[in-house]
Parts: sequence; structure tokens; C-alpha cells
Amino acid sequence: MDLAFTPEEQKFADEVRAFVRANLPADVRDKVKNGKHLIRDDYMRWQQALGKKGWLVYTWPKKHGGPGFTPAQRYIFENICAEEYAPGIIPFGTKMVGPVIYTFGSEEQKSKYLPAIRESTVWWCQGYSEPGSGSDLASLRTKAEKNGDHYIVNGSKTWNTMGHWADWIFCLVRTDPKSKPQEGISFLLIDMKTPGITVKPIIMADGGHEVNEVFFDNVKVPVENLVGKENEGWTCAKFLLANERLGIAAVPQSKRGVEALKDIARAEQEDGKPLIENQSFAEKIADLEIQVTALEFTELRVLSQMAHGGQPGPEVSGLKIRGSEIQQRITELTMEAVGEYAAPYLPGLLWQGTNEEPVGPSYAHLAAPRYFNTRKTTIYGGSNEIQKGIISKMVLGL
Amino acid sequence: MDLALKAEHKAFADEVRAFARENLSPATREKTFSGKHYDRDDHMVWQQALGKKGWLAYTWPKKYGGPGWDVTQRFLFENVLAEEGAPRILPFGPKMVGPVIYTFGTDEQKERFLPGIRSSEVSWCQGYSEPGAGSDLANLRTRAVREGDHYIVNGQKTWTSFAHWGDWIFCLVRTNTEVKAQEGISFLLIDMKTPGVTVRPIIMTDGAHHVNDVFLDNVKVPVENLIGKENEGWTCAKFLLANERLGIAEVPASKRGVSVLRQIARSEPQNGSTLADDPAFTAQIADIDLQVQALEMSELRVLSTMAQGGAPGPEVSTLKVRGSEIQQRIAELTMEAVGEYAQPYQPGMLFQDTNETPIGPDHAPPAAPRYFNMRKTSIYGGSTEIQKNIVSKMVLGL
Amino acid sequence: MDLSLSDEQKQLKDAAERFVRDKYTFENRRKIAATERGWLPENWSQFAELGWLGMSFSEEDGGYGGGPIETMIVMEEFGKGLVLEPFLPTVVLGGGMIASAGTKAQKEALLAPMIEGKKQFAFAWLERQSRYNLADVSLKATKEGAGWSLSGHKGVVYNAPSADHIIVLARTAGSAREPKGLTLFIVDAKAKGISRRDYPTQDALRASELTFDKVSVGADAVLGKVDEAFPVVEGAVDRAIVALCAEATGCMDAINAATLEYIKTRKQFGVPIGKFQVLQHRMVDCFTNAQEARSMTLMASLKIDDKDATVRAKAASGAKVQIGKSGKFCGQSAVQMHGGMGVTDELSVSHYFKRLTMIDLMFGNQQHHLTRYSNLAMAA
Repeated sequence: MDLAFTPEEQKFADEVRAFVRANLPADVRDKVKNGKHLIRDDYMRWQQALGKKGWLVYTWPKKHGGPGFTPAQRYIFENICAEEYAPGIIPFGTKMVGPVIYTFGSEEQKSKYLPAIRESTVWWCQGYSEPGSGSDLASLRTKAEKNGDHYIVNGSKTWNTMGHWADWIFCLVRTDPKSKPQEGISFLLIDMKTPGITVKPIIMADGGHEVNEVFFDNVKVPVENLVGKENEGWTCAKFLLANERLGIAAVPQSKRGVEALKDIARAEQEDGKPLIENQSFAEKIADLEIQVTALEFTELRVLSQMAHGGQPGPEVSGLKIRGSEIQQRITELTMEAVGEYAAPYLPGLLWQGTNEEPVGPSYAHLAAPRYFNTRKTTIYGGSNEIQKGIISKMVLGL
Repeated sequence: MDLALKAEHKAFADEVRAFARENLSPATREKTFSGKHYDRDDHMVWQQALGKKGWLAYTWPKKYGGPGWDVTQRFLFENVLAEEGAPRILPFGPKMVGPVIYTFGTDEQKERFLPGIRSSEVSWCQGYSEPGAGSDLANLRTRAVREGDHYIVNGQKTWTSFAHWGDWIFCLVRTNTEVKAQEGISFLLIDMKTPGVTVRPIIMTDGAHHVNDVFLDNVKVPVENLIGKENEGWTCAKFLLANERLGIAEVPASKRGVSVLRQIARSEPQNGSTLADDPAFTAQIADIDLQVQALEMSELRVLSTMAQGGAPGPEVSTLKVRGSEIQQRIAELTMEAVGEYAQPYQPGMLFQDTNETPIGPDHAPPAAPRYFNMRKTSIYGGSTEIQKNIVSKMVLGL
Repeated sequence: MDLSLSDEQKQLKDAAERFVRDKYTFENRRKIAATERGWLPENWSQFAELGWLGMSFSEEDGGYGGGPIETMIVMEEFGKGLVLEPFLPTVVLGGGMIASAGTKAQKEALLAPMIEGKKQFAFAWLERQSRYNLADVSLKATKEGAGWSLSGHKGVVYNAPSADHIIVLARTAGSAREPKGLTLFIVDAKAKGISRRDYPTQDALRASELTFDKVSVGADAVLGKVDEAFPVVEGAVDRAIVALCAEATGCMDAINAATLEYIKTRKQFGVPIGKFQVLQHRMVDCFTNAQEARSMTLMASLKIDDKDATVRAKAASGAKVQIGKSGKFCGQSAVQMHGGMGVTDELSVSHYFKRLTMIDLMFGNQQHHLTRYSNLAMAA
């Protein structure tokens, strides 16, 4: 056992840092650093730079065009990107549909879709949840009926993240309404430009627009867009959810979040002294830091098992649970640090990047909206209640 | 609405205090404040003094020999006694079986049993739980078969507090096995001296002997010891449990616990000063203090409803839940206040009046045992999980 | 970076597992706890034969060249069995301090026989007023000819009843609570002037209150440098904390396994109580807590040899905070899910609960280490 990086790993870290510094657009870095909202183009510029380097799909094996990083390299890559204020890689193509396609897709599908995912020239989004199927995903009703060499898709998807920026959507659809819920589901790729698709924004508690409802009204989808076998889409769905849960812990982002919180606590004053000198507040930060460390080492233990040929099991659900709670706690403490100046609501500054003067310090207006918004982390990607259900069944055998 | 006390209530409080100072033995009082275990005499001598004064059955109406106090008087009585270090009144006679007898019993039964309860000449214990019937009380199996003018009782009761001191036990027994679980249960009074009754101690994790298994082997019980109708004992059982839940919050004892905790903090050395100068620790005391106050106001609200003629509803379950959590937290903080000196195990100091000098300060020996022992409070009298189910079903309609 | 066990470490884990399985069934442990010593000499000899008493010491010191990971592996298994043999006071604390500060002569006279299983130690640092402050020491050592004379009181000294030597932290200079001016002395447990009051602890270990009345020791009794003991003690205690964390992790595994088994078999309302979602989620929280405890213990074990003292101290305190939090959660939850049975002496659950509780109180509880971690992090 050894925590230290080997000289090769050290060299790799230097290379990643140099790359990020050279290729991350300064305005994007600035937005991430100051907690501002990013637009599509911000993500695309960074992801395409990574794509060109061959690092965008850093979790993919070599044979599908990934860099074939070791777990240590993955860890280094993710941490340095976060430290350098790179935006998080949008997972829908790279971490979700990509691996599904290279695991379950045909050779034609691989050559058609994978290059654009690797290079980030196509934006993907996810069509899983439905108004009646949240935690109970398998009860989904969006129907795909075969008609010659096409499926005709009808229904609606919800909580669709960034669908308003997407070129393609991967969907779970019901192809056999007669069998058990899990058995009649298929995994379908749909071009967002197909006639019959409508995207309707959902405005969140913080006033932001990041998720949508997507309506399908007699949408014609070629049968060759089916991934895997018909009615076996649940296998892809489960595979994807397990993959998603690993990265969803967002440890590097949380580490960065704790640092940002400390900066704010140093800037905020209380009784003529920086807030960070308030023992009880400092201890809250310390407690959070310990939680992040515990999560990081749990993730490292999983990665280490994977490096020795193990597969991430259902226990990675635990990472999602703790990761999401920690993200929430960071925003909560940040808001606490800001204090009364968290109250002013400045949508212009938040959403449009106007030149308005902030009320209070420059980070203040973000604190409360982030706290509100981050409540989502214990709900999405399978709510924490669902994750506990998974562990209880699959790990504990209850 | 008025929180202030009227003059006659102030006079009443003074009277209670004077009575306690006169009649409570200093040795018993000392055990209360140092957290040591009482023996049978500590309880009996005190309860008989209360009985002589007519105050033991202080919740009973006048008609049955109670003092007929209003809600404020009850509140004052409980609080003053707790402040003065009186042991809690063992509930099995005055708070449990007594009200069942005067509510459901015959006139003969009232005459026969109530005086002994009021005077504390007879001590009672409770035969409810069984090895297979804990939270699921209605699952009990102890059988009572009618034979002429007797029942023949066979079975086992468990967790019977103070059965080793008890003269009588009130039992839930199964008199009909053909019907639904709740419908075949009867409420029976059994003299502990009857042949076939055996008591076996259960030793708790702190080494204490409070609870017992009670074995009933062909015990002959006269039919006139049946309370209410045969097979309708579940009505008595529910009535008793609802009564129990109210007092079980133990607010006065918790108030005393907080003040003792503050005293301990003032006496515990730390870094050349005392623990009372440690803001992290005093903040934790403040937090539990506020929890006690919130609980007290909730209880007062219930009492006020009762004073207007209302009956305590299922929401008293929340008082039991919070009350037990608070008692546990006080015990936990007290142990933390003691620190390293909570580690020595000193059974002599706990259970016998030895002349041993304690290791560490006087308050050290009971600290950890009490913490361990208080875990029971969220288990007995209907576990926290059961109470929450009651609230969820009966209050929230879930 | 590599977090997997080597083949030798895997074998060590297997051996420790086997020892606990064979020698520490719950009933066996109860018998061992009831003996006068509170532990078994035959088990101690077996530790020596298996090389566990010397595994974490350098070959130069007569050990087998392992380190904190080896200690972690063994302590974790000890936690699963609630092992009573005084490994922590003798090997981790006593042996650890002699290895880090002892002279060649002291190592030969004390460390070598300890590794062979022939000597045991106790570490006396705490005093009535100390709470968790390692420098709050008033037991005085004054010069007496070439040697020293020790007078004062020490409390909750684990393994003092069985120890051959007591390692005593004494004040030789400076004012109360000053880190400078502290000196360690290795004192023969039977030295004239030491009186002992022995007792069991809540979790069935053995400890003593010690009174030193003009106890004379030679100059060669000084361990390390006069007035400069504090960093040695702090380092040794941090190592002991990490070892305790490993033990706690083992306790949590065992208590969680027992609880899981119980809720799968205990039936109420016609079903195993593990079918109720509220218990399922609580059980999951227990496992998540144990995972975090394991992660932090591993982190601390990997960092406790770091060159930077702040890194070491932060690692130990961070792990201790986690163990306090997780241990309390797992212990309290296990009792609750066992119902009344969880509070009885009869089942193992209450014994794990008591051990976890005492571990939190040893060398600083959760709050103490949160403060320490916070201050270290802020100073960095």
C-alpha cells in the first residue's frame, strides 16, 4: 500500500496541469471560479479541447478510443481539472450513453456515435424520468411501437437536464406493455431535430433553467437507433445508473467547494475578525473537510479494487449518498458564511451575467440560489432513498 | 393564555417543596443527584410517605381517592419533586394498573386493589412483553385457560421491570386462540406469590438488575381477578399504553438532568479552567436545554387541552419519542463531560452503598453506565419506531 | 498510488482472522474477561510466535520491518473479537515510544524482550485535571543525585496491573500545561513508592490509578531527552489513535454484521423486522458509516509516517473524529435495532457498543479532535 504517486504519475500530473492551463479558456475558468452559470458554448469550447487531446472520454478503455487511464491517472486528472477550475464534463455523452453504446451497441452504432462523443461535437441528453416515473423508473410509459423500419414514439420525459442545448437524446421507452415493467423496456437513441419533439423549460426554485420536459408526439425513430435487443433496455439502464453513481460523488468538485468556502470565510467579517477565526464556524468547515476525505478514500478504495480487476458493485450507491449530502452541506455552510447578504435576489447577475453591481460581496448573490438548487443532488440520479433501497437489497440482502 | 403562576399555585408549590424536604431521605436524594441506582426501600419509603399524604396517586380523580388536582398543580408537583431529587414514582401501580382498575374494573375490584396502590403498600409490575411479542405486543402467547372458577396460566413474560420486588403483576394473556390477535386477549391480575410464578433476572449491559423474565407455569388465578370482559383486554392495554406515553417524556427529570450537567461542567477541569468555559461544550448543553424547553411546552399544550376536557390523542407519541432522545442525549453529554474518568467500571459505587472512594470525581462512576442504560428509553414503552408508526397512521393518515 | 494489500499483508490478515475465530468466540471472551488478569498469557505467547509483537518495528530494532498498515490489519481483527490482550499499551504505545526515543541499551533491555513476549508496558500520562490535554501534567520529577525522584498521581493507566514497566510522563520544568519541560521515565512497575489501585474499565479492560511517592529512578530511566518528551508522546499517541481507529472499524464491522443477522431473523408482525424500510435505511446508514470509518483509518494509517508533523496530526485527528461519529452511530443503532436485547449483558452487541463508546473517550473524543483538526487546518 502506498499513497504516494510514482514518478510516472507525478509526470502525468504535471502534463495534465500544463494542458489545462494552456487550453482552458480564461473566461470559462473565471466563471467556474466565481460560481457563475455556464452556457453551452463554455462547455463546448473546453470539452472540444479535451476531445482533441483524447482526454474527454478519460474513463473509456483504449479500444474504444479512450486514453486507458489507470485509476490513479483518473484520480489525478479529475482532481487537477477541478483544482484548475475546469467545468465538470457533461456526463450524458461521455459517461452515460457512450459506455452503453460501446458495451451493448452494434459495430455500426459504435462507428456512428462514438467519435462525436469523444470529440464533443454532439450534445447528448438523457430521457429517463417521466411525470409518473420518478424513483420508480421501471413504471415508465413512453411508448415505442414498431411500424416497418421505424418506431413511433409517444409520451413525455421530465427532469431532462440541458435538453434545450441537446442534439440527441437517449431514451428508455416501453416496447412491450404486456410483460413485467422491467421486461418491456428498450433503449433508443433519438435525434432532437426529429419532428414531433417539443422541449418545455422547468424553472427551478433558484429561478434557473437547467431542466426540461420533453414531449414526444408521433416521433419517427429508425429501428437501427435501438441499442441492444428490443425489450432488454433495462440491462442498459442499470449499467448506466451504476456508472453514473461512481462519478456522481463529485469529490474533486467538493474539495474545490471547501476551498472556496474557506476563501469566503476568510473574507467575511465578524466582530472585527475574519469569520474563519470563529472557532465554531471553523469546526464546521473542519468537519466537512473530514467528510470529504472519508468520501475520497472510500472512492479510492473502490478505484483500487477496480485496478485489480474488480467491478464497482452496488456499494457505490453509498458514494452517491454521501457525495450528494456533502455537496449540500458545502452550499449550506457557504450561505451561512455569507449571512444576511444572502437574502438579496439578483436574477440578472445570476443568469445573464449583466454588469449590475452586486449587493454585498461579489459571491453573496450566488449563495442562497446554490443552496436551494443543490437540494436536487439527493434526489437525482436515483434519490438517496432509492440508493439505500439498492444497498439494502443488493449488499445487505434485506 | 398565561404562563405566570397564581398566588394559590405558588403556595401549593411551597407546600410540595416543604413536604419533600421533610420526607425524602437524604440518602435517596443523594442517589438521585449522583445518578446511582435506588434499592427497593428508596422507592417504597418515599412512595409510602406520599401515599400517607394522599399524593401518590396524584393523577387520579377525587372520586377514587386522588387529590383531584388541576393541570397546573400536577405540573408543579412533578417539577418540584424532580428539583428536590425525589425518585420518580414507579408507574406500575399508580399510573398503569390503577387507572385501568378504576376505569374498567368492578366495584369489588376497586375496593380490593385501589387502596393498596394509593398507599404503596402493594407494589405492582407489568406483564406485557414476551420473547416473541415485543413491538408486536398483540402477538403474545401466554395462555389462560378457564377451569371452573379459575384460569390456568402458562407462558413467559419478559422485560418485567422490578418483578423481583413485585407483590402483584398485571398481565395480558390469551384467552381465545381462534380469533384475530387483538381480540382474544384478556387483562388479568396475578398475585406473585401464587405457586408456579418464577422470576429470573436479566442483567443489563451496565451490570444492573432491573428487569426480569417471569415464567408462569400452571398458575391458578381466580376468575374474579379478570379486569373488564374476557377477550376484551386489548382495550385496557391500549388505554394503559396511551397513559404511559404521556408521563414517559420525563420532562422534569430532564430539566434536573440539564442543571446537574451544568454543575458537572463547572467542576470538570480543562486546560487550567473548567469545561464550563469551553464554548463548544456549553453550546451543546444550550442545545439540549432548548430541546427540553420545546418538549415541555409541547407537553403543556397537551395538558392544557386535557384541562379543557380533551383527551390526549396519538400525538403524545411524539412526546415519548423526543423525551427519550433527550434523556439519552443528557446521559451522553454527562459522560462526555466526565471524559477519560468515565472509563473505570465501579459496580460497588453504583449498586451498593459501599464506602469505597470513587475513582475520579463523585459523579464519574454512574456516567457511562447511565449512558448505556438510557438506550432503553427509545425501546421501552413502545419503541421510537412504533411511536412514529402510530403518528404516521393516526395523526398523518399515512 | 496503490491501496491494495501485499501478499504478506493478506497472510497477516488471514492469521489474525483465524486467531479471533479460534480464540475469541463471545463465550470465550467472557471467560477471559473474568480471569484475574483479564487476558491470557498463552494468547500473548502466540502473538510473539506469530511475530505480531515485532511486526511494526524496524529490523534494526529487532522487528520485522512492517509499519502502520500491519498494525491496522491486526487491530481491525482484534476489534472484531473485542480482544483483551494489552497490545495497544504494550506494543503500540510502549514499544512505539522506546523505538522512537530509546537508546540502544534501552531497546536491547526492553524492546527486544517485548518482541519476544516477555515484557509488557503501560503508559501513564493522564492526571485528574488533564482531560485530553497531553501537556497538562503535574506529576513532578526532581533531580536526586544522578537520578530522579517522581511524586504525583496518574490515572486510568491501561495495563498497569500487568505491566513490567510503567512509562511515566512527568514534569521536569516549565509551568502547568507547557509542552516544554516534560520528560518520559521508564519505571519498574514494582518500584518502591508506587501504589496502585486496580480496576476494570467499562469495556472489561484493566487499568489503575497510580500514586508515586518519591519513587527513585536512575538517570538511565529517562526515555529520550529531558524536557523534550512532548513531541515523542504526541507522535506515539497519534499512532495509538490510528490503531484504535482500526480496532473501532473492526468493532463496527462486527456489530453491523450481528445487527444485520438479527433483523433478518427476528420476526414481529409476522415478518422479519428487516423487511421494514425504516430499519433497512438505518442499516444502510450503519454500513455507510463503517465504510467511512474504514476509509479514514486507511488514510490515517497511510499518512501517520509522513515527514510533516502537521500531516500526521491532522490524519490522526481526522480519523478519530470519524470513528467517534461512526462508532456512536453504529453502536446506538445496533442497540436500537436489537430492542431490549441490545441493552442486555447477554448478547455481544452491548459489549461492542461499550468498547466503541470507550474508544471515543480515549485520547480525546470527537469534539476534541474536531477542534484540534480545525486548528491545525487553519494554521496550515
